[in-house]
Amino acid sequence: MNIVPFVHKRPRGKVHVPTVTLAHGGGGKAMKDLIDDVFLEAFDNPLLAPLDDQARLSLAALAGHGDRVAFTTDSFVVDPLIFPGGDIGKLAVCGTVNDLAVGGAVPLFLSCAVIVEEGVTIEFLRRIAVSMATTATSAGVQIVAGDTKIVNKAACDKMFITTAGIGAIRAGIDLGAHRARPGDLVLVNGLLGDHGAAILGARGDLALEAPITSDCAPMHDVVATLLAAAPATRFIRDPTRGGVATVLNEIAEASQVAIEIDEASTPIRDEVRGFCEILGLDPLYLANEGKIVAIVPPEQAEPALAALRAHPLGGAACSIGRVTSAEPGRVTMRTTFGGNRIVDMLVGEQLPRIC
Amino acid sequence: MKYVDEYRDRDKAQILVREIETLAGKMETPKNRPIQIMEVCGGHTHSIFRYGIEGMLPRSIELVHGPGCPVCVLPMGRVDDCVAIAERPEVIFTTFGDAMRVPGSRKSLLQAKADGADVRMVYSPMDALALARKNPARDVVFFGIGFETTMPSTALTVLQAEREGIENFSVFCNHITIVPTIKAILDSPDLHLDGFLGPGHVSMVIGVAPYEFIARFYKKPMVIAGFEPLDVLQSIWMVLKQIKEDRCEIENQYARIVADAGNTPALRAVAKVYELREFFEWRGLGSIDHSGVKMRTAYARFDAERKFALPNVKIADPKSCQCGEVLKGVIKPWQCKVFGTACTPETPLGALMVSSEGACSAYYQYGGVKRQRDPPPIEAGAA
Repeated sequence: MNIVPFVHKRPRGKVHVPTVTLAHGGGGKAMKDLIDDVFLEAFDNPLLAPLDDQARLSLAALAGHGDRVAFTTDSFVVDPLIFPGGDIGKLAVCGTVNDLAVGGAVPLFLSCAVIVEEGVTIEFLRRIAVSMATTATSAGVQIVAGDTKIVNKAACDKMFITTAGIGAIRAGIDLGAHRARPGDLVLVNGLLGDHGAAILGARGDLALEAPITSDCAPMHDVVATLLAAAPATRFIRDPTRGGVATVLNEIAEASQVAIEIDEASTPIRDEVRGFCEILGLDPLYLANEGKIVAIVPPEQAEPALAALRAHPLGGAACSIGRVTSAEPGRVTMRTTFGGNRIVDMLVGEQLPRIC
Repeated sequence: MKYVDEYRDRDKAQILVREIETLAGKMETPKNRPIQIMEVCGGHTHSIFRYGIEGMLPRSIELVHGPGCPVCVLPMGRVDDCVAIAERPEVIFTTFGDAMRVPGSRKSLLQAKADGADVRMVYSPMDALALARKNPARDVVFFGIGFETTMPSTALTVLQAEREGIENFSVFCNHITIVPTIKAILDSPDLHLDGFLGPGHVSMVIGVAPYEFIARFYKKPMVIAGFEPLDVLQSIWMVLKQIKEDRCEIENQYARIVADAGNTPALRAVAKVYELREFFEWRGLGSIDHSGVKMRTAYARFDAERKFALPNVKIADPKSCQCGEVLKGVIKPWQCKVFGTACTPETPLGALMVSSEGACSAYYQYGGVKRQRDPPPIEAGAA
């Protein structure tokens, strides 16, 4: 069967008012204009352009990248919407790209659903859409489907975004939290806790000024680099909410192993340490948006670290600890002070809306 | 980090640990029980767990985690009063984050917030006063909680509100005082304690003199301690040295912060705004005479207790809860009947499970290795 390509001829609409109103969610011309002028303008690609109810993706094109489809979704409600090092748009693309990437998938397509509170300026919306588009390009993905809803004032806090993503998992790659074995090393690709600290600092209600920038970045290439250098890698995860501590607990639990990390080799920048010190936070639980935690067998740790350090997003990569056969499910940390402490799961989240 | 890392130096820690081992080795303890040292302050409890200090000490020394977490010792009835104030439509209820999860008999402030109450987390009472300025049509209430450490800041905020003529600001005063509490613990018949680490932050305000009775009348040594791990180790060593030399004194390890006379302007503000209550109810410890303060009549218009009709119902601690025995050091957290089963940080039954400074929560979070009744010692300095 021949697929006749859709030829886009329709002239694009333009928004002529400064702010979003409920009319832009009404399904009529105002909504069309908003989608055309803001989202289509930014995301411009032939799969999205027809604005059908679905994007139609070629199975053959997917199969060219791997032998399994990875599919994920994530919502973003970060407060503030713009923060040092990123904004909700960049975060919404990176978050979903990274969720695909850490499974060993090549991220390919995203959808984007936005919920906007009436009164938000078109200029702001455009800025976020452009940020999403730029990040998508740098991550090698296309935003091929979308939805826009406008809600009454105070029904949401300015803007929420949900992205879903599809990627293809390369043949032969099988990463799993249950695959950690005693002796494996725990690697990270750089300094921990920057995103969480940057968001808290940017909220401005702490009267603390810290020059901390979010690490928000797509991790697809870092993961590809790692897997090329260490194909026997057991597991990779992006330590977002709950931080590295939570990821390690999940691995220890799933693999029924113990994990011992060493505080002295855990890379945290001084500004983040100081920030945590003042607020009584533990950087191990702070969110990251441009970091991976990888469990790598010992014989491949050196090549993995060398490859990560050569990558622009992995300069400070290091090993922070190892998997052991001590008490299954237990994560401990050797403190710089010489003591030993348990690193448990957080009970609640004291810092809501960091992503 | 300058001025911080110096107090976390591993090599110095090893020297102190060896000194402590030597001292402890030479000491005889009655009836073959360990030497029990109570850290009164929750901040110390947190440091002890965070840096793994317990595991570095010889087994003949036992740290007892005292009542110094103001969130933990807040009785359920007071939380109910908070919720009742917070649920009034005209009120913006402001609180430190830690107090949000403390269970009341009906709900916590966190649940009240989810049900629609306007509860906001602030980092200082001055933030609450700023909210009052910004929202003149609302009644902003600050949840005043804590020992002498936080008392001056609420007192100064009340004085500021008075100067500015801000009438829509009040404090729900639950401030408590440390000295009567230590006295209540010392008067407890099942007490074994051999010495105390004194609270650093409280002492920064009240100075050294108020503790003298501990040495003089109860014959127990106390060392006012800082919060960095080396401070804690050095203070433990100082307590041991007093015991060894048969001295009972109030020593000040935290002299870089704590002046012998305390902080006079802060004490003046406290005395101006507050007076002692006849008694105050503590969770786990019951009613202790003169252990809390209330606002003086001159400041009645800033007093949420007078401004709003409160249920003011006394709620008994849950029967299965053994917080009181843990607070007094009679049992260890993991020896409590409900520790980790009916009482966990997700669903705290007892006060000590609530705040990160609570002994039970700290054990649950950091101290799993110590949960077994006879824990294997962690070798200090092992790689």
